[in-house]
Amino acid sequence: MNAFLQQLVLGLLIGGLYGLAAAGLSLVFGVLKVLNVAHGQLIMLGGYGAFWLFALWGLDPFASLALVVPGALVLGVILYGALFGWVVRAHEETRVKNSLLIGFGLALALDGAAVRLWTADERSITTGYAGAVFEFGGLAVPLVRLASLALAFALIGGLHLLLRRWRWGRAIRATAEDWEAALMTGIDVRRAYLLAFAIGTALAGAAGTLVSVGYSISPSIGLEWTLKALIVVVLAGLGSMLGTFVGGLVLGLAEALSATVFGGPYREVVGLVIFFVVLVARPQGLFAR
Amino acid sequence: MTRARQLVLGPATVALLAVLPLVVRRDDVLNFLFLVLLSITLAQSWNIVAGYAGQVNLGHAAFFGLGALTTRTLWSAGTPVLAGMAAGAVVAALFALVIGAAAFRLRGAYFAIGTLALGEILRITVGNVLAEVSTLPATTIAGYRLANRYYLALGLAAVAVLAVAVLGSSRLGLGMQAIREDEDAAEASGVGALKLKLLALVLSTALAGLAGGLFAYYHISYYPAHPFSPHWTFDSLLITFIGGVGTVHGPVLGALFYVFLREYLAIRWVDFHLLIFGALFVAIVLLLPGGLVEAVARLRAFTRRA
Repeated sequence: MNAFLQQLVLGLLIGGLYGLAAAGLSLVFGVLKVLNVAHGQLIMLGGYGAFWLFALWGLDPFASLALVVPGALVLGVILYGALFGWVVRAHEETRVKNSLLIGFGLALALDGAAVRLWTADERSITTGYAGAVFEFGGLAVPLVRLASLALAFALIGGLHLLLRRWRWGRAIRATAEDWEAALMTGIDVRRAYLLAFAIGTALAGAAGTLVSVGYSISPSIGLEWTLKALIVVVLAGLGSMLGTFVGGLVLGLAEALSATVFGGPYREVVGLVIFFVVLVARPQGLFAR
Repeated sequence: MTRARQLVLGPATVALLAVLPLVVRRDDVLNFLFLVLLSITLAQSWNIVAGYAGQVNLGHAAFFGLGALTTRTLWSAGTPVLAGMAAGAVVAALFALVIGAAAFRLRGAYFAIGTLALGEILRITVGNVLAEVSTLPATTIAGYRLANRYYLALGLAAVAVLAVAVLGSSRLGLGMQAIREDEDAAEASGVGALKLKLLALVLSTALAGLAGGLFAYYHISYYPAHPFSPHWTFDSLLITFIGGVGTVHGPVLGALFYVFLREYLAIRWVDFHLLIFGALFVAIVLLLPGGLVEAVARLRAFTRRA
């Protein structure tokens, strides 16, 4: 029983990161109608950014968020200007399809670049406090992962407030709702797109940093994280960042459950099966809010 | 290219490649050409469902893998390899029918990510159930003839190219292209979209199953999950788009270009080809949607004018 509860706790902890990973994808898809399948690769890059800062300068991974997130923001601006900004001119259906293809090419290129830069080895940031554990009723809660969950929640909460209170946050939501109407009320839709994409990339950078501390990164994790984010988006729908966070927790719990029931190697399968079934059961209404 | 030239050039190329092993007795050349021919078959099979019917199937590796798994299992049990390959094609196509009925409820990019998830489900499951490496028995290895594999690959690639050429100009192929351009408009003009999409998927996956069988026949030892790896899907997609999606020549040109550059780069830099092809692919999607085939056509038109 205790081992089972322990699994659930660990599932909940990684679920927070699934939620954070999905938040960026959800924002970009909801606002731009651009499906960026390279989102997992952006997470991977964020992880290596933190890894580099730690290995080269000895910077604490939680402190390096202050550099990785702005860096990812800039990367988002560049990627939008160079690639995705071209796609948003097309009609919605072509837009989704072309963005999928472009994201796909980008994903492969980033995979290749990461192997060149950091080799194919698995890496992880091991800090002095990496082994610290918080005991609670016979359950062991790794402190680093608990801090990551809290940070993920804080970031998503911050994004939620940003989208509600900030002028441009409201502009982004209006654009997501109906870009033509937004345009008519004088909103600079292109700028809202750019902002949403940059924020989405910044969230990926933050997620990657947290993954590199509590878990591990390698050049090949991109596809896996893209799929996790897609599963959460399908579970949670678009439009609510807090809902996305809860969706992430649900996926983490579902994985822990299936790992206990069917054995560890099948933990990845359950999410994919849920994903496919939900997708097929609600093909139209799925991404609708 | 005119029809008459095609009718001469196609068989001439096949004949030339058929004579080649008698003249060039080098295993590295044959191995390279084998990889090109296998890639042509697999890319061409993907081209049917994605290039003609417009359904971007990102789970294509699952069918390649099923073909490989079926063929290897039957062949190891003593069935002749060709019968095993045929069975592999049937298994792949049957699986396609079952999941196609569900997956085709999805359109466009949703079909793509749905099939990507399906492919991954199969890969992980096969990797868990069959974790041991599959190696041919010593007697089979002793009798291994590369030329047999080469000729089989040549035959299969020729069949794949011919199938796409015939399909492309047929009534069914035109219906598929109508669906690709606008599914609702196609339905409105009397094209049974679901039936044609399923037909495209079955043809495509049966060919992919045959290619998988060829893979199982060629490789002495591999992990059973390896042919299920999404990289087979990605290779097909890159080759088809770089060559020219929805054309007969595209996957052929693309495969030659892709495999050559990949093998050349791999000598010095492992995985570097991903960086180049990823970037090239993005450039093609944005700037040259017709791929190499379009580039060649434009160059011709340009030189004719000059």
